[in-house]
Amino acid sequence: MPARAMWKASLTIGSEQIPVKLYAALQDRDVHFRLLHAKDDVPVKQAMVNPETEEVVPKELVKRGVISSDGDVVILEEDELASLQPEPSREIQLMHFLPLGAIDRRFYRRPYYLGPDGSDAKYAALIKVLEESGKEGLAHWVMRNKSYVGALRLHEGYPILIALRSADEVVAISSIRTPKGSEPNEREVAMARQLIQMLAADFTPEQYHDEYRERVEALVEAKAKGGKNKVTHLHKTRKAPPQDLSKLLQASIQEKQHARRH
Amino acid sequence: MPDDIDEEESGGTRSFWSGTVAFGLLSLPVNLYMASKRNAVSLRMLDSAGTPLSRRYFCSKDDEPLEPDDLVRGYEVSKDTFVEIRDEELEALEPEKSREINLTQFVPLESIDPLYFDKAYFLVPDEGAQKAYRLLAASMANMGRAGIATFVMRDKEYLIAIISEGGILRAETLRFHDEIRSPEDIGLPSPATADKTLVARLKKQVDQLSTKTFSPEELADDTAQRLQELVEKKLDEGEDVVHPANLPTQETAQVIDLMQVLKRSLEGKTERKAESPKSSRAKSTKATKSAPKKSSSEKNKPELDIDQNASRAELYELAKELHIPGRSQMSRDELMRALKRH
Repeated sequence: MPARAMWKASLTIGSEQIPVKLYAALQDRDVHFRLLHAKDDVPVKQAMVNPETEEVVPKELVKRGVISSDGDVVILEEDELASLQPEPSREIQLMHFLPLGAIDRRFYRRPYYLGPDGSDAKYAALIKVLEESGKEGLAHWVMRNKSYVGALRLHEGYPILIALRSADEVVAISSIRTPKGSEPNEREVAMARQLIQMLAADFTPEQYHDEYRERVEALVEAKAKGGKNKVTHLHKTRKAPPQDLSKLLQASIQEKQHARRH
Repeated sequence: MPDDIDEEESGGTRSFWSGTVAFGLLSLPVNLYMASKRNAVSLRMLDSAGTPLSRRYFCSKDDEPLEPDDLVRGYEVSKDTFVEIRDEELEALEPEKSREINLTQFVPLESIDPLYFDKAYFLVPDEGAQKAYRLLAASMANMGRAGIATFVMRDKEYLIAIISEGGILRAETLRFHDEIRSPEDIGLPSPATADKTLVARLKKQVDQLSTKTFSPEELADDTAQRLQELVEKKLDEGEDVVHPANLPTQETAQVIDLMQVLKRSLEGKTERKAESPKSSRAKSTKATKSAPKKSSSEKNKPELDIDQNASRAELYELAKELHIPGRSQMSRDELMRALKRH
């Protein structure tokens, strides 16, 4: 069943316009629960109360504000909050095109697929140009009163828009001091490389599963059927503290070689 | 490890996980630091007098106000039919606590599709592990490989890639395969053959917009900035600014190290008096003071003065130790209240 589009827009690259539909590229797989009143298993409802008096404040009377670091409460009126919102728009405006990889991947937050909206010819041209240029675009758009900056690139041959984190959200690598201490010697480097080589593998994402989620799903299913659930725990072992680097690397390599022969 | 991280520049991120990275038979003690942070000013709900409001639960049948003890989690089997799922049942499913990141595979860094990366954490070595850390970082970077491992953090097991960049190792949590939709899942059509004239026209526009370098300044959060400015302006002018009497400021609130409290409550339960080797971690956190020593007679009933700056995860940890019901559904504020009531 094809997914439902979450938003429609016009991708604007200079004087060219490409009508597109946005689709969420991530799927929430978590098991969701409701809060119930334990006595009668009826879902609860929520309300905001004044914690001093426990009196319910009706929704229409609830105000919003910010508490400053000095503990002052600044009340913000609805019209003031509305004035902060970006201008609504149906445009995804391309600001720049950059060499693929110029945008640090650490800024990537949330991907969306772009699908065609009417004009298949323009959509096909977009894919072709992204393919051939070796570039990714930096785009700006406003979706549901929120302003985004995103990277436009291809994923499995289709255009995706990846919403980016804001500049101050990503901690610079330079803020972490590189560790001091003595330089590893050649022999150690050679052995470390040998060990990495022995543990080399291809990344096969299909082989990994969210085991906790699977156990929750099994629990929920068993309870829904009225049965009892079996619990499986994962087992972990601890290793000894480090000693001589060379010796341990040598032993690790031998251990691996030994394992291979058997 | 306060020496290895610049608190000022990193915005005061602090270590919240310490454990070991296992590489063959080598084990490197490390601390994890958040590599991203949330700076946005958060909006609170208030009444018309500016009193911060709290969320409460009520029975939807008879409007009866409910305490956390009255709540239970339910899974909707069919419309309006629920099965109860107790906190203990979910906790029994949690992975065994582990402080190890075991590097079992090294994959080409380029082969991990960027869509898999979720959150990033810096790894900082403990004293004595620096040489092994440098060795691993240098070898991995040189070979262009990332280590794949699983690790347990906050009762959940994560798949992670350990990446070496700029002499620093960082852990990036990876999304699971079934969380990422494929173009087929979406139902995107196979692309039509592109028209040469259209491609040429579009290419011209792309070329005109092309630049060589990326400047992160373009990623400024304008809305958050405007909100910040509005708040500051109102503070300056004293307009709509109130100071509710019941709101503790950060200066006057009693700040006590949460980990100390947690440790004390555990000691109270088990009468175990041994010093945790990890206590130095808790002491190094910002804006915390050691709790005053309790006499042994008080130990069985620890008094809960909670660090006002404690994160939800820290409060949850404490709530779990104290078996506070309904804890997993509680927000940070709700946990704080439940702990104070305890």
